[in-house]
Amino acid sequence: MNKVIKIKKGLDIPLLGEAEKVMKDFSSEHYAVKPTDFTGVFPKVLIKEGDEVKAGTPLFFNKYNDKILFTAPVSGVVIEIRRGDKRVLEEIRIEADGKFSQIDFGSADPEKISREEVVEKLVKSGVWPCIRQRPYSVIADPDTMPKAIHIPAFDTAPLAPDYDFILHGKGEDFQMGLNAIAKLTSGKVHLNIHAEMTKSKVFLNSKNVQINTFSGPHPTGNVSVHIANIDPINKGDIVWYLYPQDVITIGRLFLKGVYNASIIVPITGSEVEKPVYYKTMRGVAVKNMLSNNLKEGKVRIISGNALTGDKILPTGYLGFYHNQLTVIPEGNYYEFMGWAAPGFGKYSFSRAFFSWLNPTKKQRLDTNLHGGERALVMTGTYEQVMPLDILPMQLLKACMIKDIDLMEGLGIYEVDEEDFALCEFIDTSKTEIQQIVREGLNLMRKETS
Amino acid sequence: MKALRKQIDKIKPQFMPGGRFGMLHSTFDAFETFLFVPNKTTFRGSHIRDHIDMKRTMSIVVLAMLPPLLFGIWNVGFQHYKSFGQTMPLIDNFIFGIWKVLPIIIVSYLTGLAIEFIFAQIRKHEVNEGFLVSGMLIPLVMPPDVPLWMVAVSTAFAVIIGKEVFGGTGMNILNPALTARAFLFFAYPQDISGDQVWIAEKADAFSGATPLAEAASGNLTNLPSAFDMFFGFIPGSIGETSAFAILIGAAILLFTGVGSARILFSVFAGGLVMGLIFNLWAVNDFMTIPAWQQLIMGGFAFGAVYMATDPVTASQTNQGKIIYGFLIGLLGVLIRVVNPAYPEGMMLAILLMNVFAPLIDHYVVEANIKRRMKRMKLASVKL
Repeated sequence: MNKVIKIKKGLDIPLLGEAEKVMKDFSSEHYAVKPTDFTGVFPKVLIKEGDEVKAGTPLFFNKYNDKILFTAPVSGVVIEIRRGDKRVLEEIRIEADGKFSQIDFGSADPEKISREEVVEKLVKSGVWPCIRQRPYSVIADPDTMPKAIHIPAFDTAPLAPDYDFILHGKGEDFQMGLNAIAKLTSGKVHLNIHAEMTKSKVFLNSKNVQINTFSGPHPTGNVSVHIANIDPINKGDIVWYLYPQDVITIGRLFLKGVYNASIIVPITGSEVEKPVYYKTMRGVAVKNMLSNNLKEGKVRIISGNALTGDKILPTGYLGFYHNQLTVIPEGNYYEFMGWAAPGFGKYSFSRAFFSWLNPTKKQRLDTNLHGGERALVMTGTYEQVMPLDILPMQLLKACMIKDIDLMEGLGIYEVDEEDFALCEFIDTSKTEIQQIVREGLNLMRKETS
Repeated sequence: MKALRKQIDKIKPQFMPGGRFGMLHSTFDAFETFLFVPNKTTFRGSHIRDHIDMKRTMSIVVLAMLPPLLFGIWNVGFQHYKSFGQTMPLIDNFIFGIWKVLPIIIVSYLTGLAIEFIFAQIRKHEVNEGFLVSGMLIPLVMPPDVPLWMVAVSTAFAVIIGKEVFGGTGMNILNPALTARAFLFFAYPQDISGDQVWIAEKADAFSGATPLAEAASGNLTNLPSAFDMFFGFIPGSIGETSAFAILIGAAILLFTGVGSARILFSVFAGGLVMGLIFNLWAVNDFMTIPAWQQLIMGGFAFGAVYMATDPVTASQTNQGKIIYGFLIGLLGVLIRVVNPAYPEGMMLAILLMNVFAPLIDHYVVEANIKRRMKRMKLASVKL
């Protein structure tokens, strides 16, 4: 066992509705690929409504990097190519035919073929978008060479999935995936585990990787924290990252030669009757998965976790990068003199409410902002939940005024909007910090390319 | 409450932009959000949010100011009767104190809030809660006998010149409450210094000098006991006399996480260090006062707890806060002892450091940037 990297700053928000370790199969007739999941991708559609597709059939490619293909997760018929405001391509909806026919990309032992062949297989099958890069958190460019690849094997976000449970019995697929990934970098592949949470042999016995151990509260599971503590990003560096279920997808591609989009997601949150894990496919329609399993009342359905996920409609689909679904109450109500109440039940990072009397109580938090947007007044609070060597307030302000030199100096390359999620959660002035950081990242990417 | 909510919803459209009273939108919004936490929900980013907001934060600060305020009200009465050689029951002291202090609070709030509302209206902003704190701080740093029109003028000066011209809450360089006091100090010095103003309607024969004034003139024998100075049975500005009451406030600020512990402790550390230095090289009587007593005299404790910790005008970085606080303590004691023109150095020390806070932050930020550059250079050497 190597030494444990202890992270002190952060916050574990005690949300209600953790998924029980029970696995259920779920298949739906409806799936969709959402081009909006992929930051910085400008989609060019390759199919028409009514076309038949197999798992692995290309649906669209990125105009700015035509190598990268996005393929169908299941076999069936394209029933709708849905566009939103300004003709933005929002969803390509597929009705599954239940035949599970797959395009054969040919199995191969990644250790015996060249890096180019590994890359080509990943790109052709549409598995490549699983691999993202820092800076900017966009899909990795196959033509670049990353200095390292990181795989966080644990998630500390609220109600996050337990990868030990998800990967149980998938050791062979996982190791095959790691072997393929090891081909992609001249540097190291880092598998980052949690000192207490990670017990699975799948992770602990992994080969071809360097295992790093972390402990601490959220955001310890964020890949930025891992990169910063192991091998920080400097200007010009490129680091790739992906998550355990992506490794499985890659492993299966090399073992069986097919794009197997299956994924295991927990359905979590206080408004779920029975929170459990579901075995399904990427891009699945959530409607039937949630029907008869939600409590009464207006709810917010989130693809992803409550801090960083996307709001989706009850008729929406699971996002490509999301490993969980969260359902929490909507908070569109008025509260009489709410700011003045003693607040025994009002969860807060500060001790401004009497909820500090019971800090471990599981919370049923809703989507109310709990206050109006204000100027940035309080200081020193973001720093308490920011474990990176980043000055959060100053970097945020640099993003607001679009000062790219300052953003670069203050470490914009080392962060992602998810690293600011807790800052946004505890923020007194209710500023949309993650959005501002994302816009900063987008600006930086535009200016430097 | 449903009936009230219904009424508000009914009249709300008239106050929305384009409505009949659209120009009063900010005012309406201020009252509506005072009564009801809005129903606004998150849209993207973090879907869940902490319950804390600006109103709660500011109410905590106001709450933390209550101990010195209540003590101050009592002490105004106590000092008044004491100057006549009378000892009155608690309630009489209070009644006299309220009669003196309440008008000052009302004038300060009315003047300041009126200006805030007008500016919010013009800028089409929400009314920020910051003045709830400033409006209470201003009375606490006033002498009990201050004419009300001076409170109004100095408050107006502080809000307009000290805050709104810089862009309003969150943008000001100087602490508004201290700006008000500094304005008064330099514009009407006879009404805010000397021996005559610190006890309301004082008996003429009684010396009303504050401990600081006594110490500055070298009359150490006239100094009240440390016990009196700590608990605040001394003449002075309304809220500043009792270090004990102020420490209760400090405890509230620190426990709730609203006040910065870094600033608070480093101010006291700075004051203590300067006091010890004076003790070592004492060339006059003032310098021989035990260092810890400097911390309970005059406005030191009040300034440290309620003024220096103002997050907008303090340094914003963690390291910067420590430097900022330490220098305030150091300069506060230095000015008060060495410069005979200013009986209290705390006000000027804080205002001075308010001005330097962005510079301190600048160097902390530069250090962060340099650390990153250095790491990059090291990495490129390795390759």
